[in-house]
Amino acid sequence: MRISDLFQFHFMTNALIAGTLVAVTASSIGWFMVVRRQTFAGHTLSLVAFPGAAAAALAGAPVFVGYFVVCGAGALALAAVTGGGETRSISQESAAIGSVQAFALGLGFLFVSLYHGLLTGLNSLLFGTFLGITDAQVLTMLGISVAVLLVLGAIARPLLFASVDADVARASGVPVAALSTGFLLLLGLAVAATSQITGALLVFALLVTPAATAQLITARPALSLGLSVVIALAVTWLGLGIAYFSIYPVGFFVTSLSFGLYVLVRLVRR
Amino acid sequence: MTQAAELHAHAPVEESAVRFESAAVELGGRQIWGDVSLCLRPGEFAAVLGPNGAGKSTLLKAILRLVPLSAGSATILGRPPGAANGQIGYLPQRHSFDAASRIRGVDLVRLGLDGARWGIPLPGRANAQARKRVDEAIELVGAAPYAGRPIGRLSGGEQQRLLIAQALIRRPQLLLLDEPLDSLDLTNQVSVAALVRRICHEHGVAVMLVAHDVNPILPHLDRIVYFAGATAVEGAPREVITSETLSALYSAPVEVLETSDGRLVVVGTPEPPSIHHPRHAH
Repeated sequence: MRISDLFQFHFMTNALIAGTLVAVTASSIGWFMVVRRQTFAGHTLSLVAFPGAAAAALAGAPVFVGYFVVCGAGALALAAVTGGGETRSISQESAAIGSVQAFALGLGFLFVSLYHGLLTGLNSLLFGTFLGITDAQVLTMLGISVAVLLVLGAIARPLLFASVDADVARASGVPVAALSTGFLLLLGLAVAATSQITGALLVFALLVTPAATAQLITARPALSLGLSVVIALAVTWLGLGIAYFSIYPVGFFVTSLSFGLYVLVRLVRR
Repeated sequence: MTQAAELHAHAPVEESAVRFESAAVELGGRQIWGDVSLCLRPGEFAAVLGPNGAGKSTLLKAILRLVPLSAGSATILGRPPGAANGQIGYLPQRHSFDAASRIRGVDLVRLGLDGARWGIPLPGRANAQARKRVDEAIELVGAAPYAGRPIGRLSGGEQQRLLIAQALIRRPQLLLLDEPLDSLDLTNQVSVAALVRRICHEHGVAVMLVAHDVNPILPHLDRIVYFAGATAVEGAPREVITSETLSALYSAPVEVLETSDGRLVVVGTPEPPSIHHPRHAH
């Protein structure tokens, strides 16, 4: 058993490339999501990815189209419901988002039951298909990751300002409402790209946990953003590596590793 | 209006930091206040007083053009409202940062300097200069010992000082502070007020500070803007906080008493009007 065995098969190379892209994108955008306290919105977007993919399968369209269309639409819907994150209280916001979430899950199960042949696919929609990634998927993901990271880099400072201190940011000329909608759209894109690999339920392992862990470790923004990416990469690579030599699924290892690290840091940084 | 107040109000426009003439603001079709005229010169410290819902915060927002005037005119630093926002430091009314806020005081102050700019700051001379300015602003408000700690872990007074540093970092000519003393105990109220006065006088910054209680800041004030009865009066402290002026403003008998140690107590203010505009309306 050698490390080079990992690259013996094309599917494994694809999994490593896609995993890397997903880890970097999800952990960067996830860092802002945690700072903005929008993890619940992120959770909802990852859940609507499930009915989106199921609907696409039912309509005979490629599953990734379903992910992107529904996550994009979901992000816009969330922006509309929460009024750009400005006018409503947090409790109102989460009630609205929770309602969308429950409805989306219900729809997903309807589509799955309408499409009888999908029962084996249900597992991969919810828990991901790390090891069946095509070259085309890798290319799509590369495009999306680069686009999301470029936009995120461009808006990083005003976005952080608006997230930390919306009133002062607005007075300084930061377009707070537009940034809020734009961020949800980016989040939707990143979730759509990530859920194809990790599945709709395990997106969170890469979106929230590395960012939450990094923010526990340091309060320096640049450092904790960097740490978040490093943690996501480490758990993804390790998870893929361990899974390759074991009979258990990748998603389990990735989530366990990132959760384990989070718990460890929490205990140490009490 | 006394002769001194008359002279003050007729100062040339270019000599005023903030000037309102017969201004009014409407929110949701209802007039918040009207017929407001005031003049604040560079380097003057003014308190904005009045009951809840009288439109004190709205005045600051009108200066920044976060809400538009529905009548009258305003000149801010020689320009129309909104045009000079880059030279205005603003500290909005707020609840303090909660304990989970994982960002340091220095980062918060830095955001006030270049947080509105797009792109990522590159390491280099500009970045080093920016850091130096952040350190200077933190030094100025005396927040250096705790500026490196997460903002959520700091006390209300410490947070307030860092927020004032944030508002000061772009070297504004006008500082708008919305109830910066509210969450503080009396000792901190007095020391933050003294800090604001020092900045005001040493750096020639005009300051408008919204407050509930005039007494901790009274010795430092040059002007008072008092909001009540859907309008406001402006003048020197001893002209405004008088039984005559306030009774006329409230359209009800109000008495101002002075204690032996120079504190002013306003007695008999009617209940604020029952139709409030929401305190956090944007």
